[in-house]
Amino acid sequence: MFDLSGMTALVTGASGGIGSAIAAALAEQGATIALSGTREGKLDEVRGTLKGDGHVSLPCNLSDGAAVDALVPSAVEKLGKLDILVNNAGITRDNLAMRMKDEEWSDVLRVNLEAAFRLCRAAARPMMKARFGRIVSITSIVGATGNPGQANYAAAKAGMVGMSKALAQELASRGITVNCVAPGFIRSDMTDGLPDAQKSALLTKIPAGDLGEGADIAAAVTYLASREAGYVTGETLHVNGGMAML
Amino acid sequence: MSDDIAERVKKIVVEHLGVESDKVTEDASFIDDLGADSLDIVELVMAFEEEFNVEIPDDAAEKITTVKDAIDYIRNVKAA
Repeated sequence: MFDLSGMTALVTGASGGIGSAIAAALAEQGATIALSGTREGKLDEVRGTLKGDGHVSLPCNLSDGAAVDALVPSAVEKLGKLDILVNNAGITRDNLAMRMKDEEWSDVLRVNLEAAFRLCRAAARPMMKARFGRIVSITSIVGATGNPGQANYAAAKAGMVGMSKALAQELASRGITVNCVAPGFIRSDMTDGLPDAQKSALLTKIPAGDLGEGADIAAAVTYLASREAGYVTGETLHVNGGMAML
Repeated sequence: MSDDIAERVKKIVVEHLGVESDKVTEDASFIDDLGADSLDIVELVMAFEEEFNVEIPDDAAEKITTVKDAIDYIRNVKAA
């Protein structure tokens, strides 16, 4: 089950905690990975830990439209084809809405939503020709529930869900599925930095009683990327320890 | 050579839409006569672009509704 041998995947934000866990899980199942991110050294480091050969690093700044448009063609060129696209990259520019600057809004929308759309559009082309494709976008619990201080991030993540549903309908007849995975609170540099009081308050809201791991998200992505998940499309899989049951 | 373009266009249409070759007349409309949907048209345009090594911009692609439209467009671009 969930064997990805012979398949290729482009993972954005692959130098981060969740992104590197996704790359590792897909490679573990036999896929060849193009890792994209802004930090080339970190990408190469993650690439060195992946199972199997042929993985490549493709540094890319997702706030640069031209660079985004070039990313899928360069992944196809390096890997020979593209079966799986994982839109994982994301940034935050948190601020209360009343204080939020135009740039804080537009930076987050540009990287988290617009870049994801451009990558989907580019990936649809080779996937349509191949009559097979798996697009998985990492959204967030915040896209469904909202979160104070994150009007921009919540909008981008909710936008990703709507976009994925539209694409799912457009591309279903060509064997391409488009889904989302919505993490809750995942152990990362960001959550490690929270004060203890805030962390314990957070844990009371999570029935599972613990933060999630990158591997929890990676497992959900692996499933949606697999051939076996071919009849699942337009769906959002929430991975949050029961924090919100949607 | 122009007949060659017509034949190659028809071949692509037959392959992509899975229709009988005798139905692919020059007057045939992709949507009304050959059962294509809008996504099929996008795919056809992509296939034409690749086969003939041309770029077909969106506003031109919108006007390609029949087999003849496609043949004429490619002939014009190639002649230019």
